[in-house]
Amino acid sequence: MAKVQGAVVVNIEECKGCGLCVVACPHDVLELHKEVNSKGYHYSYMATPNACVGCAHCGVVCPDTCITVYRVKV
Amino acid sequence: MGELRLMKGNEVLAEAAIRCGCDGYFGYPITPQSEVMETLMLRQPWNETGMVVLQAESEVASINMVYGAAGSGKKSMTSSSSPGISLMAEGISYIAGAELPCLIVNVQRGGPGLGTIQPSQADYFQAVKGGGHGDYKLIVLAPASVQEMNDFVDLGFELAFKYRNPAMILTDGALGQMMEKVELADFKPRWTDEEINEKWGDWATTGKPSSRKKNVINSLEMDSDIMEANNRRFQEKYKQMEKEETRYELFQCDDADFIIIAYGSSSRVCQKSVEIARAKGLKVGLLRPITLFPFPNKIIAELARKAKGFLSVEMSAGQMVEDIKLAVYESGRNTRVNHFGRTGGIIPTPSEVVDALEDKFSWELSYGVKRSY
Amino acid sequence: MELKDLIKPENLVYDKTSILEDEPMHYCPGCSHGVVHKILAELIGEMGIQEKTIGVAPVGCAVFAYRYLNIDWQEAAHGRAPAVATGIVRLKPDNFVFTYQGDGDLASIGTAEIMHACNRGENILVIFINNGIYGMTGGQMAPTTLEGMVTSTTPTGRNIDLNGYPMKITDLIAQLPGTSYVTRQAVHTAAATLKCKRSLKKAIENVLDKKGTSFVEVVSTCNSGWKMTPVGANQWMEDNMIPYYPLGDLKDSVKGEHKSEN
Repeated sequence: MAKVQGAVVVNIEECKGCGLCVVACPHDVLELHKEVNSKGYHYSYMATPNACVGCAHCGVVCPDTCITVYRVKV
Repeated sequence: MGELRLMKGNEVLAEAAIRCGCDGYFGYPITPQSEVMETLMLRQPWNETGMVVLQAESEVASINMVYGAAGSGKKSMTSSSSPGISLMAEGISYIAGAELPCLIVNVQRGGPGLGTIQPSQADYFQAVKGGGHGDYKLIVLAPASVQEMNDFVDLGFELAFKYRNPAMILTDGALGQMMEKVELADFKPRWTDEEINEKWGDWATTGKPSSRKKNVINSLEMDSDIMEANNRRFQEKYKQMEKEETRYELFQCDDADFIIIAYGSSSRVCQKSVEIARAKGLKVGLLRPITLFPFPNKIIAELARKAKGFLSVEMSAGQMVEDIKLAVYESGRNTRVNHFGRTGGIIPTPSEVVDALEDKFSWELSYGVKRSY
Repeated sequence: MELKDLIKPENLVYDKTSILEDEPMHYCPGCSHGVVHKILAELIGEMGIQEKTIGVAPVGCAVFAYRYLNIDWQEAAHGRAPAVATGIVRLKPDNFVFTYQGDGDLASIGTAEIMHACNRGENILVIFINNGIYGMTGGQMAPTTLEGMVTSTTPTGRNIDLNGYPMKITDLIAQLPGTSYVTRQAVHTAAATLKCKRSLKKAIENVLDKKGTSFVEVVSTCNSGWKMTPVGANQWMEDNMIPYYPLGDLKDSVKGEHKSEN
């Protein structure tokens, strides 16, 4: 089985820090950052990028559509 | 010469709608105007012009169907009678706020409440002052004959689209039920989708092509500065209507000492009152407002220069009389303004109007000069 | 592999649809509205129906829905969206017309309009967001508020004797012969969201095929009104809302047929 590597790009300024992507991720890639964006929200980020498989569950559940997902076979 | 027919006022409203290229009628039965929808359902205009006719579940739904249809740039209308118009007040306010053109017919009956099914003119305030919440006006046309019931459907749509504003035909159960000779208009084709795109493509929701920005029909605005600017624009529009659209008719006013002001059914009675008064040697004339908004202030101000008194004759406890007083006040004259009205569904008789005039202006009649307040 | 090598257009698997405007939504963090807006926008884009779509926005939290999807919109009075949609679709039968309504709008003040539009089988899609509360006005009781649920107008919990029962309006809608497809979905997980999207797609296809009214309820959260975290609200919904409002298709037929799947 080919291994896949994914990457999540969060639009930090549009993220409201709801955390739904964090619990939706099956590989515990995402966490809320201890820093806040200009609106005061702890935005989501890839805490363990190597674990990401690009399944896009985070993007699907994001209410603010601030997640873009990439994936390659490696 | 167009086709001549003997028809009821309510039936003519339906026939005129079909002939002027109306796209949709949405209504709910209520006496004394149910013949409008009945006539449409019998005529089946969907087979002839493609006009849609739908019986809604309520007046609330009817007016919101009109909102949706008007928002798509279509010619749409509804009709009802007084209690039904009260139910529509919400929707009419939204239509005015979203600046949508449509036609609303009120075949008035007596109120308040369930009141009576007999004719009345007691919805004058509701019609000319807005009727629902917020600062808005309707263009209000007051027919006095079955012929005008016919003519004002097309005129109502024309003015509604000219100003992107709801227009109302304010009539009553007597005119709705009355049969008269009428010359029907020739058929006008309904607008095609292309024509609607061309005429109203900058606001109508036709489905967003890539060539234009999305259109949003809306009365909501959270930014107070923009909302105030919207209100100012509305007021400018209403002023423009006052300048350009005021319509009225004068009857033997040139030498008149006393002028009766009456619209719709009352004005028909008052024509006879003028004859009776003149036979008695009283110089009485009649001013018949055709548009109730815009109200014919200017001609009232002009007439106030030499008239000794105005008598507002209405099938109400006294509503239009307030606008006459305002017009006289703004003219700077002190011409006396009185009111004579019948309510409960009763139409005044010509002679009781003359009696009322003689009674209310007895001082002026005795001394032959204007009485100051 | 370095991230910069991975983050390239050719590797893109999930992105914002162009039907969604760039304007940030006004919804609270974690609100279900955003997810439903997104999947609806995605479908309008994927199905190529932007030019024929006319949306009718409600009064309630989704009152600004017209800001977020790049399509023609009409903003209706509270509860009147089905009547407005009727007016549009009757005169423009080849357009795709939908309403987007909350529980207060659809199941309380607009009960007459929704029932009769569905009963006439108006060829429209109705999207019904049921989060059991009035969000926009500050968390008051809705017709769908669960028994015992605390809101600002039921501070000690919804009392059946006083307030009546939580209304399963979708079950009533499914009884009407005018409706063709009636389903209840949710968007609290990725799997549920994708399933909801498939249901919405089917509903849109039904409307395009002129099969009558399609009705999609989305059991949703209101974490602000419920006074919970977004993640906690999703859990509470799963534990409390979904048992009372079970997910699945209630009806799958064409207008006038009474076939029911369950």
